[in-house]
Amino acid sequence: MPELVNLEVFRYSPEHTPEPRFQKFQVPYNKEWVVLDALNYIKDRTDGSLSFRWSCRMGICGSCGVLINGEPKLSCATFLPSKSSKPIRIEPLRHFPVIRDLIVHIGDFMTKLKKVKPWIIRTNESPLSEGEFLQTPDEMERYHQFSHCINCMLCYAACPIYGLDPLFAGPAAIALAQRYNNDSRDQGAARRMPILSSHDGIWACTFVGECTQVCPKHVDPAAAIQQYKLTAALHSLKSVIAPRGAA
Amino acid sequence: MRRTPIEPILWSLFSAGGMLSALFIPVLLFILVLAPALGWLPAPGYAQLTSLLSHPLARLFLIALCALALVHAAHRFRYTLYDGLQIKHLNELVNILCYGGALAGSVWAIFLLFTRVAEPRL
Amino acid sequence: MTSHSGYTLHHPQWLRRRVSTWWWLSRWRYFKFILREITSVFVAAAVVLLLLYVAALRRGPDALIAFQSWLSRPPILAASAVVFFFTLIHSITWFNLAPKAMKVRLGNIPVPPALIAAGHYFAWLVISLALAWIILTGG
Ligand code: SF4
Ligand code: FES
Repeated sequence: MPELVNLEVFRYSPEHTPEPRFQKFQVPYNKEWVVLDALNYIKDRTDGSLSFRWSCRMGICGSCGVLINGEPKLSCATFLPSKSSKPIRIEPLRHFPVIRDLIVHIGDFMTKLKKVKPWIIRTNESPLSEGEFLQTPDEMERYHQFSHCINCMLCYAACPIYGLDPLFAGPAAIALAQRYNNDSRDQGAARRMPILSSHDGIWACTFVGECTQVCPKHVDPAAAIQQYKLTAALHSLKSVIAPRGAA
Repeated sequence: MRRTPIEPILWSLFSAGGMLSALFIPVLLFILVLAPALGWLPAPGYAQLTSLLSHPLARLFLIALCALALVHAAHRFRYTLYDGLQIKHLNELVNILCYGGALAGSVWAIFLLFTRVAEPRL
Repeated sequence: MTSHSGYTLHHPQWLRRRVSTWWWLSRWRYFKFILREITSVFVAAAVVLLLLYVAALRRGPDALIAFQSWLSRPPILAASAVVFFFTLIHSITWFNLAPKAMKVRLGNIPVPPALIAAGHYFAWLVISLALAWIILTGG
Protein backbone atom coordinates (compact mmCIF):
# COMPACT_ATOMS: atom_id res chain seq x y z
CA MET A 1 0.00 0.00 0.00
CA PRO A 2 1.62 3.28 -1.08
CA GLU A 3 2.00 6.11 1.38
CA LEU A 4 -0.73 8.71 0.95
CA VAL A 5 -0.63 12.46 1.28
CA ASN A 6 -3.68 14.38 2.47
CA LEU A 7 -4.54 17.66 0.83
CA GLU A 8 -7.14 20.26 1.71
CA VAL A 9 -7.85 22.30 -1.35
CA PHE A 10 -9.75 25.57 -1.43
CA ARG A 11 -12.76 25.31 -3.73
CA TYR A 12 -14.84 28.15 -5.04
CA SER A 13 -17.34 27.66 -7.81
CA PRO A 14 -19.96 30.38 -7.60
CA GLU A 15 -22.23 28.74 -10.17
CA HIS A 16 -22.78 25.82 -7.76
CA THR A 17 -22.23 27.13 -4.24
CA PRO A 18 -21.76 30.80 -3.46
CA GLU A 19 -19.58 30.09 -0.41
CA PRO A 20 -16.01 28.84 -0.65
CA ARG A 21 -15.12 25.55 1.04
CA PHE A 22 -12.22 23.18 1.56
CA GLN A 23 -12.24 19.79 -0.09
CA LYS A 24 -10.12 16.87 1.09
CA PHE A 25 -8.14 14.79 -1.36
CA GLN A 26 -5.63 11.97 -1.09
CA VAL A 27 -2.79 11.46 -3.51
CA PRO A 28 -0.03 8.84 -3.47
CA TYR A 29 3.25 10.06 -2.03
CA ASN A 30 6.10 10.34 -4.50
CA LYS A 31 9.51 11.59 -3.53
CA GLU A 32 9.87 13.50 -6.82
CA TRP A 33 6.45 15.11 -6.66
CA VAL A 34 5.84 18.77 -6.17
CA VAL A 35 2.48 20.17 -5.09
CA LEU A 36 1.62 20.91 -8.71
CA ASP A 37 2.00 17.19 -9.51
CA ALA A 38 -0.46 16.40 -6.74
CA LEU A 39 -2.93 18.96 -8.11
CA ASN A 40 -2.58 17.52 -11.59
CA TYR A 41 -3.10 14.01 -10.20
CA ILE A 42 -6.34 15.16 -8.60
CA LYS A 43 -7.49 16.85 -11.79
CA ASP A 44 -6.67 13.76 -13.89
CA ARG A 45 -7.97 11.03 -11.55
CA THR A 46 -10.25 12.41 -8.87
CA ASP A 47 -11.98 15.65 -9.76
CA GLY A 48 -11.59 17.19 -13.20
CA SER A 49 -13.33 20.36 -12.14
CA LEU A 50 -10.45 21.52 -9.94
CA SER A 51 -9.07 24.70 -11.50
CA PHE A 52 -5.57 26.09 -11.12
CA ARG A 53 -2.98 27.81 -13.28
CA TRP A 54 0.36 26.47 -14.37
CA SER A 55 2.51 26.35 -17.45
CA CYS A 56 6.23 25.82 -17.28
CA ARG A 57 6.57 23.46 -14.25
CA MET A 58 10.04 24.88 -13.74
CA GLY A 59 9.67 28.09 -11.79
CA ILE A 60 9.96 30.48 -14.68
CA CYS A 61 6.49 31.37 -15.97
CA GLY A 62 5.26 32.60 -12.60
CA SER A 63 1.70 31.36 -13.07
CA CYS A 64 1.43 28.61 -10.45
CA GLY A 65 1.60 30.63 -7.22
CA VAL A 66 -0.70 29.45 -4.40
CA LEU A 67 -0.72 29.45 -0.63
CA ILE A 68 0.70 26.23 0.76
CA ASN A 69 -0.09 25.98 4.46
CA GLY A 70 -0.53 29.74 4.44
CA GLU A 71 2.81 30.52 2.78
CA PRO A 72 2.87 31.97 -0.73
CA LYS A 73 4.77 29.44 -2.85
CA LEU A 74 5.20 28.28 -6.42
CA SER A 75 3.33 24.99 -6.52
CA CYS A 76 5.79 23.68 -9.12
CA ALA A 77 8.77 24.37 -6.87
CA THR A 78 7.45 23.01 -3.56
CA PHE A 79 7.92 19.34 -2.86
CA LEU A 80 5.31 17.29 -1.06
CA PRO A 81 6.33 16.82 2.56
CA SER A 82 7.22 13.20 3.28
CA LYS A 83 5.64 13.05 6.71
CA SER A 84 2.01 13.56 5.85
CA SER A 85 0.59 13.66 9.35
CA LYS A 86 -1.17 16.98 8.84
CA PRO A 87 -3.03 17.63 5.60
CA ILE A 88 -1.46 20.22 3.30
CA ARG A 89 -3.68 23.24 2.87
CA ILE A 90 -3.76 24.78 -0.58
CA GLU A 91 -5.42 28.13 -1.13
CA PRO A 92 -5.45 30.81 -3.81
CA LEU A 93 -3.05 33.73 -3.42
CA ARG A 94 -4.09 36.13 -0.67
CA HIS A 95 -5.25 39.68 -1.40
CA PHE A 96 -6.48 38.97 -4.93
CA PRO A 97 -10.12 38.33 -5.82
CA VAL A 98 -10.78 34.64 -6.50
CA ILE A 99 -12.39 33.74 -9.78
CA ARG A 100 -12.56 30.02 -9.23
CA ASP A 101 -10.81 27.50 -6.95
CA LEU A 102 -7.12 28.45 -6.99
CA ILE A 103 -7.40 31.00 -9.78
CA VAL A 104 -7.20 34.66 -8.85
CA HIS A 105 -7.81 37.77 -10.89
CA ILE A 106 -4.48 39.44 -11.59
CA GLY A 107 -5.72 42.53 -13.43
CA ASP A 108 -4.79 44.86 -10.59
CA PHE A 109 -1.16 43.77 -10.71
CA MET A 110 -1.02 44.07 -14.49
CA THR A 111 -2.34 47.63 -14.36
CA LYS A 112 0.16 48.61 -11.70
CA LEU A 113 3.02 46.99 -13.52
CA LYS A 114 2.30 49.03 -16.62
CA LYS A 115 2.00 52.23 -14.62
CA VAL A 116 5.64 52.19 -13.49
CA LYS A 117 6.83 51.95 -17.12
CA PRO A 118 8.99 48.83 -16.79
CA TRP A 119 10.79 49.22 -20.09
CA ILE A 120 13.80 51.16 -21.34
CA ILE A 121 12.94 54.80 -21.87
CA ARG A 122 15.22 56.91 -24.00
CA THR A 123 14.99 60.66 -24.23
CA ASN A 124 17.45 60.80 -27.08
CA GLU A 125 16.95 57.91 -29.45
CA SER A 126 20.18 57.30 -31.33
CA PRO A 127 20.07 56.04 -34.93
CA LEU A 128 20.43 52.35 -35.62
CA SER A 129 23.70 52.95 -37.46
CA GLU A 130 25.37 53.83 -34.15
CA GLY A 131 25.00 50.22 -33.11
CA GLU A 132 23.91 48.66 -29.86
CA PHE A 133 24.11 50.13 -26.37
CA LEU A 134 27.11 48.58 -24.75
CA GLN A 135 27.04 47.71 -21.08
CA THR A 136 29.84 46.53 -18.83
CA PRO A 137 29.31 43.58 -16.48
CA ASP A 138 29.56 46.04 -13.63
CA GLU A 139 26.74 48.18 -15.05
CA MET A 140 24.63 45.08 -15.50
CA GLU A 141 25.27 43.98 -11.94
CA ARG A 142 23.47 47.12 -10.71
CA TYR A 143 20.07 45.93 -11.87
CA HIS A 144 20.61 42.24 -12.49
CA GLN A 145 18.98 40.97 -9.29
CA PHE A 146 15.78 42.95 -9.92
CA SER A 147 15.56 41.59 -13.45
CA HIS A 148 14.96 38.06 -12.17
CA CYS A 149 11.33 38.77 -11.32
CA ILE A 150 8.89 36.31 -12.93
CA ASN A 151 5.73 38.25 -12.00
CA CYS A 152 4.46 35.42 -9.85
CA MET A 153 2.85 37.87 -7.37
CA LEU A 154 3.84 35.82 -4.34
CA CYS A 155 5.16 39.08 -2.89
CA TYR A 156 1.72 40.69 -3.24
CA ALA A 157 0.14 37.76 -1.44
CA ALA A 158 2.70 38.13 1.35
CA CYS A 159 2.41 41.89 1.73
CA PRO A 160 -0.09 42.93 4.41
CA ILE A 161 0.11 46.54 3.22
CA TYR A 162 -1.17 45.55 -0.21
CA GLY A 163 -3.97 43.65 1.47
CA LEU A 164 -4.90 46.66 3.59
CA ASP A 165 -4.38 49.30 0.95
CA PRO A 166 -5.28 47.97 -2.50
CA LEU A 167 -4.01 51.17 -4.12
CA PHE A 168 -0.42 50.39 -3.08
CA ALA A 169 1.75 49.83 -6.17
CA GLY A 170 3.28 46.78 -4.48
CA PRO A 171 6.66 45.08 -4.26
CA ALA A 172 7.24 43.59 -7.71
CA ALA A 173 6.12 46.69 -9.63
CA ILE A 174 8.51 48.89 -7.65
CA ALA A 175 11.37 46.39 -7.94
CA LEU A 176 10.83 46.26 -11.69
CA ALA A 177 10.81 50.04 -11.91
CA GLN A 178 14.14 49.99 -10.08
CA ARG A 179 15.39 47.36 -12.50
CA TYR A 180 15.04 49.97 -15.26
CA ASN A 181 16.07 52.98 -13.15
CA ASN A 182 19.37 51.26 -12.41
CA ASP A 183 19.97 50.29 -16.03
CA SER A 184 22.72 52.36 -17.66
CA ARG A 185 20.78 52.39 -20.95
CA ASP A 186 17.65 53.85 -19.39
CA GLN A 187 16.84 57.56 -19.15
CA GLY A 188 13.35 57.29 -17.67
CA ALA A 189 14.05 57.66 -13.95
CA ALA A 190 12.61 61.18 -13.83
CA ARG A 191 9.40 60.04 -15.51
CA ARG A 192 9.00 57.14 -13.08
CA MET A 193 9.59 59.25 -10.02
CA PRO A 194 6.16 60.92 -9.72
CA ILE A 195 4.52 57.48 -9.84
CA LEU A 196 6.97 55.75 -7.49
CA SER A 197 7.45 58.56 -5.00
CA SER A 198 3.79 59.02 -4.28
CA HIS A 199 1.39 58.22 -1.52
CA ASP A 200 0.46 54.90 -3.13
CA GLY A 201 4.01 54.20 -4.26
CA ILE A 202 6.97 53.60 -2.00
CA TRP A 203 5.60 55.77 0.81
CA ALA A 204 2.82 53.32 1.55
CA CYS A 205 5.43 50.68 2.41
CA THR A 206 6.32 50.19 6.07
CA PHE A 207 9.08 47.67 5.38
CA VAL A 208 7.40 44.54 6.64
CA GLY A 209 9.92 42.69 4.51
CA GLU A 210 7.68 39.72 3.73
CA CYS A 211 7.99 40.24 -0.03
CA THR A 212 11.69 39.46 0.18
CA GLN A 213 11.04 36.45 2.39
CA VAL A 214 8.69 34.76 -0.06
CA CYS A 215 10.23 35.75 -3.40
CA PRO A 216 11.25 32.52 -5.17
CA LYS A 217 13.75 34.41 -7.34
CA HIS A 218 15.61 36.33 -4.60
CA VAL A 219 14.64 39.64 -6.17
CA ASP A 220 14.58 41.38 -2.76
CA PRO A 221 11.80 43.87 -3.54
CA ALA A 222 11.99 45.22 0.04
CA ALA A 223 15.52 46.41 -0.60
CA ALA A 224 14.47 47.94 -3.92
CA ILE A 225 11.78 49.94 -2.13
CA GLN A 226 14.03 51.09 0.72
CA GLN A 227 16.76 52.13 -1.70
CA TYR A 228 14.27 54.10 -3.70
CA LYS A 229 12.99 55.78 -0.54
CA LEU A 230 16.52 57.05 0.06
CA THR A 231 16.82 58.23 -3.55
CA ALA A 232 13.46 60.00 -3.48
CA ALA A 233 14.10 61.57 -0.07
CA LEU A 234 17.46 62.95 -1.16
CA HIS A 235 15.86 64.21 -4.35
CA SER A 236 13.11 66.07 -2.54
CA LEU A 237 15.49 67.47 0.07
CA LYS A 238 17.55 68.79 -2.81
CA SER A 239 14.51 70.36 -4.42
CA VAL A 240 13.58 72.00 -1.11
CA ILE A 241 17.06 73.48 -0.72
CA ALA A 242 17.52 74.41 -4.38
CA PRO A 243 14.02 74.38 -5.92
CA ARG A 244 15.13 75.23 -9.46
CA GLY A 245 18.65 73.92 -9.81
CA ALA A 246 18.05 70.31 -8.90
CA ALA A 247 16.10 67.65 -10.79
CA MET B 1 5.19 71.39 -12.09
CA ARG B 2 4.71 68.60 -9.62
CA ARG B 3 4.12 69.54 -6.02
CA THR B 4 6.76 68.09 -3.72
CA PRO B 5 5.01 65.42 -1.67
CA ILE B 6 5.29 65.61 2.11
CA GLU B 7 6.20 61.95 2.55
CA PRO B 8 9.89 62.17 1.58
CA ILE B 9 10.42 64.96 4.11
CA LEU B 10 8.66 63.02 6.86
CA TRP B 11 10.60 59.91 5.98
CA SER B 12 13.91 61.81 6.16
CA LEU B 13 13.04 63.03 9.65
CA PHE B 14 11.83 59.54 10.59
CA SER B 15 15.10 58.01 9.46
CA ALA B 16 17.28 60.64 11.11
CA GLY B 17 15.36 60.14 14.35
CA GLY B 18 15.54 56.38 14.05
CA MET B 19 19.29 56.46 13.56
CA LEU B 20 19.95 58.96 16.37
CA SER B 21 17.74 57.14 18.84
CA ALA B 22 19.24 53.77 17.93
CA LEU B 23 22.75 55.10 18.51
CA PHE B 24 22.21 57.25 21.61
CA ILE B 25 19.13 56.33 23.61
CA PRO B 26 20.11 52.91 25.02
CA VAL B 27 23.35 54.18 26.56
CA LEU B 28 21.69 57.30 27.98
CA LEU B 29 18.94 55.22 29.54
CA PHE B 30 21.41 52.77 30.94
CA ILE B 31 23.82 55.28 32.46
CA LEU B 32 21.26 57.74 33.75
CA VAL B 33 18.26 55.63 34.65
CA LEU B 34 18.74 51.90 34.80
CA ALA B 35 22.23 51.29 36.17
CA PRO B 36 21.96 53.75 39.10
CA ALA B 37 18.50 52.49 39.99
CA LEU B 38 19.84 48.93 40.12
CA GLY B 39 22.85 50.08 42.12
CA TRP B 40 25.28 49.02 39.40
CA LEU B 41 26.68 52.50 38.94
CA PRO B 42 26.68 55.60 41.13
CA ALA B 43 24.01 58.12 40.16
CA PRO B 44 25.60 61.11 38.43
CA GLY B 45 25.72 64.13 40.72
CA TYR B 46 24.07 67.52 40.33
CA ALA B 47 27.24 69.57 39.80
CA GLN B 48 28.54 67.14 37.21
CA LEU B 49 25.32 67.06 35.17
CA THR B 50 24.80 70.82 35.24
CA SER B 51 28.34 71.42 34.12
CA LEU B 52 27.84 68.95 31.27
CA LEU B 53 24.63 70.67 30.23
CA SER B 54 26.14 74.12 30.57
CA HIS B 55 27.70 73.62 27.17
CA PRO B 56 25.31 74.97 24.50
CA LEU B 57 26.31 72.25 22.06
CA ALA B 58 25.28 69.59 24.57
CA ARG B 59 21.87 71.23 24.95
CA LEU B 60 21.47 71.63 21.22
CA PHE B 61 22.35 68.00 20.72
CA LEU B 62 19.91 66.85 23.37
CA ILE B 63 17.12 68.90 21.81
CA ALA B 64 17.86 67.50 18.35
CA LEU B 65 17.91 63.98 19.74
CA CYS B 66 14.62 64.38 21.61
CA ALA B 67 12.80 66.15 18.78
CA LEU B 68 13.91 63.76 16.04
CA ALA B 69 13.34 60.67 18.18
CA LEU B 70 9.82 61.89 18.88
CA VAL B 71 9.09 62.52 15.19
CA HIS B 72 10.48 59.06 14.47
CA ALA B 73 8.20 57.51 17.07
CA ALA B 74 5.17 59.52 15.94
CA HIS B 75 5.64 58.59 12.29
CA ARG B 76 6.14 54.93 13.01
CA PHE B 77 3.31 54.71 15.48
CA ARG B 78 0.93 56.39 13.06
CA TYR B 79 1.58 53.66 10.50
CA THR B 80 1.28 50.98 13.17
CA LEU B 81 -2.16 52.28 14.04
CA TYR B 82 -3.18 52.30 10.37
CA ASP B 83 -1.92 48.82 9.62
CA GLY B 84 -2.43 47.12 12.95
CA LEU B 85 -5.88 48.38 13.76
CA GLN B 86 -7.15 49.43 10.32
CA ILE B 87 -8.30 52.85 11.45
CA LYS B 88 -7.56 54.78 8.29
CA HIS B 89 -10.88 56.56 8.67
CA LEU B 90 -9.51 58.23 11.80
CA ASN B 91 -6.62 59.49 9.69
CA GLU B 92 -6.84 63.17 10.67
CA LEU B 93 -7.19 62.53 14.38
CA VAL B 94 -4.30 60.06 14.45
CA ASN B 95 -2.08 62.49 12.55
CA ILE B 96 -2.85 65.32 14.93
CA LEU B 97 -2.27 63.18 18.00
CA CYS B 98 0.97 61.64 16.75
CA TYR B 99 2.72 64.57 15.10
CA GLY B 100 1.15 67.00 17.56
CA GLY B 101 2.53 64.97 20.43
CA ALA B 102 5.99 64.99 18.86
CA LEU B 103 5.76 68.75 18.40
CA ALA B 104 4.64 69.31 21.99
CA GLY B 105 7.50 67.13 23.26
CA SER B 106 10.01 69.06 21.18
CA VAL B 107 8.72 72.38 22.50
CA TRP B 108 9.00 71.01 26.02
CA ALA B 109 12.60 69.97 25.33
CA ILE B 110 13.45 73.45 24.03
CA PHE B 111 11.78 75.02 27.04
CA LEU B 112 13.66 72.79 29.49
CA LEU B 113 17.02 73.24 27.90
CA PHE B 114 16.97 76.82 26.72
CA THR B 115 15.30 78.70 29.53
CA ARG B 116 17.41 79.57 32.52
CA VAL B 117 18.02 76.80 34.98
CA ALA B 118 16.90 77.83 38.47
CA GLU B 119 19.68 78.65 40.85
CA PRO B 120 20.00 76.02 43.55
CA ARG B 121 18.21 77.19 46.68
CA LEU B 122 20.46 77.48 49.70
CA MET C 1 -18.43 38.55 4.55
CA THR C 2 -19.04 38.50 0.83
CA SER C 3 -22.53 38.76 -0.53
CA HIS C 4 -23.49 36.80 -3.60
CA SER C 5 -26.25 37.63 -6.01
CA GLY C 6 -26.51 34.32 -7.80
CA TYR C 7 -24.73 33.15 -10.91
CA THR C 8 -24.76 35.27 -14.03
CA LEU C 9 -23.81 33.48 -17.23
CA HIS C 10 -20.39 34.53 -18.59
CA HIS C 11 -19.92 36.86 -15.68
CA PRO C 12 -17.48 35.77 -13.01
CA GLN C 13 -18.49 36.29 -9.41
CA TRP C 14 -15.28 37.25 -7.73
CA LEU C 15 -14.69 36.27 -4.17
CA ARG C 16 -13.11 39.16 -2.32
CA ARG C 17 -11.56 38.43 1.03
CA ARG C 18 -10.91 41.04 3.65
CA VAL C 19 -7.72 41.24 5.68
CA SER C 20 -8.43 40.54 9.32
CA THR C 21 -7.66 43.30 11.81
CA TRP C 22 -5.55 40.78 13.68
CA TRP C 23 -3.49 39.78 10.64
CA TRP C 24 -0.28 40.50 12.58
CA LEU C 25 -1.12 37.72 15.02
CA SER C 26 -1.55 35.18 12.23
CA ARG C 27 2.12 34.53 11.55
CA TRP C 28 5.23 34.78 13.70
CA ARG C 29 7.05 36.91 11.12
CA TYR C 30 4.18 39.42 11.01
CA PHE C 31 4.22 39.54 14.80
CA LYS C 32 7.94 40.23 14.81
CA PHE C 33 7.25 43.10 12.44
CA ILE C 34 4.69 44.60 14.81
CA LEU C 35 7.10 44.15 17.73
CA ARG C 36 9.69 46.11 15.76
CA GLU C 37 7.20 48.84 14.95
CA ILE C 38 5.89 49.10 18.48
CA THR C 39 9.37 50.02 19.73
CA SER C 40 8.32 53.52 18.65
CA VAL C 41 6.17 53.79 21.77
CA PHE C 42 9.14 52.97 23.96
CA VAL C 43 11.48 55.31 22.12
CA ALA C 44 8.96 58.07 22.88
CA ALA C 45 8.77 56.90 26.50
CA ALA C 46 12.57 57.00 26.73
CA VAL C 47 12.56 60.60 25.52
CA VAL C 48 9.95 61.47 28.13
CA LEU C 49 12.10 59.82 30.84
CA LEU C 50 15.15 61.80 29.74
CA LEU C 51 13.19 65.05 29.67
CA LEU C 52 11.78 64.35 33.13
CA TYR C 53 15.38 63.88 34.23
CA VAL C 54 16.33 67.27 32.81
CA ALA C 55 13.28 68.83 34.42
CA ALA C 56 14.34 67.47 37.81
CA LEU C 57 17.84 68.75 37.24
CA ARG C 58 16.45 72.24 36.59
CA ARG C 59 14.68 72.21 39.92
CA GLY C 60 17.93 71.86 41.82
CA PRO C 61 20.05 69.26 43.62
CA ASP C 62 17.32 68.11 46.05
CA ALA C 63 14.84 67.58 43.25
CA LEU C 64 17.46 65.60 41.34
CA ILE C 65 18.08 63.29 44.27
CA ALA C 66 14.35 62.89 44.82
CA PHE C 67 13.92 62.04 41.15
CA GLN C 68 16.77 59.56 41.22
CA SER C 69 15.28 57.76 44.19
CA TRP C 70 11.88 57.79 42.46
CA LEU C 71 13.60 56.01 39.56
CA SER C 72 14.74 53.21 41.85
CA ARG C 73 11.25 52.44 43.17
CA PRO C 74 10.46 48.91 41.98
CA PRO C 75 7.48 49.69 39.71
CA ILE C 76 9.33 52.58 38.04
CA LEU C 77 12.46 50.48 37.76
CA ALA C 78 10.51 47.68 36.13
CA ALA C 79 8.90 50.09 33.69
CA SER C 80 12.20 51.67 32.73
CA ALA C 81 13.73 48.23 32.28
CA VAL C 82 10.98 47.42 29.78
CA VAL C 83 11.57 50.73 28.02
CA PHE C 84 15.29 50.01 27.89
CA PHE C 85 14.69 46.53 26.51
CA PHE C 86 12.54 47.83 23.65
CA THR C 87 15.00 50.60 22.80
CA LEU C 88 17.60 47.86 22.47
CA ILE C 89 15.29 46.02 20.08
CA HIS C 90 14.88 49.24 18.15
CA SER C 91 18.65 49.67 17.86
CA ILE C 92 19.27 46.09 16.80
CA THR C 93 16.50 45.93 14.22
CA TRP C 94 17.46 49.36 12.93
CA PHE C 95 21.10 48.43 12.37
CA ASN C 96 20.19 45.07 10.88
CA LEU C 97 17.91 46.67 8.30
CA ALA C 98 20.08 49.70 7.53
CA PRO C 99 22.09 47.92 4.81
CA LYS C 100 18.87 47.22 2.88
CA ALA C 101 18.32 50.92 2.27
CA MET C 102 21.96 51.78 1.62
CA LYS C 103 23.77 50.56 -1.43
CA VAL C 104 27.31 51.73 -0.75
CA ARG C 105 30.02 51.39 -3.33
CA LEU C 106 33.71 51.95 -2.93
CA GLY C 107 34.68 52.82 -6.46
CA ASN C 108 33.16 50.01 -8.45
CA ILE C 109 32.97 47.45 -5.68
CA PRO C 110 29.67 47.16 -3.77
CA VAL C 111 30.25 47.04 -0.02
CA PRO C 112 28.74 43.79 1.34
CA PRO C 113 25.62 44.35 3.49
CA ALA C 114 27.15 42.57 6.48
CA LEU C 115 29.98 45.07 6.50
CA ILE C 116 27.55 48.01 6.48
CA ALA C 117 25.67 46.52 9.42
CA ALA C 118 28.97 45.88 11.21
CA GLY C 119 29.90 49.52 10.69
CA HIS C 120 26.67 50.58 12.39
CA TYR C 121 27.27 48.29 15.35
CA PHE C 122 30.80 49.60 15.65
CA ALA C 123 29.56 53.20 15.69
CA TRP C 124 27.00 52.20 18.34
CA LEU C 125 29.72 50.73 20.52
CA VAL C 126 32.05 53.72 20.17
CA ILE C 127 29.26 56.22 20.84
CA SER C 128 28.02 54.26 23.86
CA LEU C 129 31.47 54.02 25.41
CA ALA C 130 32.25 57.68 24.73
CA LEU C 131 28.94 58.91 26.17
CA ALA C 132 29.28 56.68 29.21
CA TRP C 133 32.77 58.01 29.80
CA ILE C 134 31.65 61.63 29.43
CA ILE C 135 28.71 61.27 31.79
CA LEU C 136 30.49 59.18 34.41
CA THR C 137 33.66 61.24 34.56
CA GLY C 138 32.07 64.61 33.85
CA GLY C 139 33.95 65.06 30.57
S1 SF4 D 1 9.45 40.11 -6.93
FE1 SF4 D 1 9.68 37.88 -6.56
S2 SF4 D 1 7.75 37.31 -5.53
FE2 SF4 D 1 7.40 39.29 -6.46
S3 SF4 D 1 6.49 38.83 -8.47
FE3 SF4 D 1 8.72 39.04 -8.79
S4 SF4 D 1 9.54 36.97 -8.60
FE4 SF4 D 1 7.46 36.92 -7.73
S1 FES E 1 4.41 26.45 -13.47
FE1 FES E 1 5.68 28.06 -14.21
S2 FES E 1 6.44 28.90 -12.39
FE2 FES E 1 5.38 27.16 -11.66
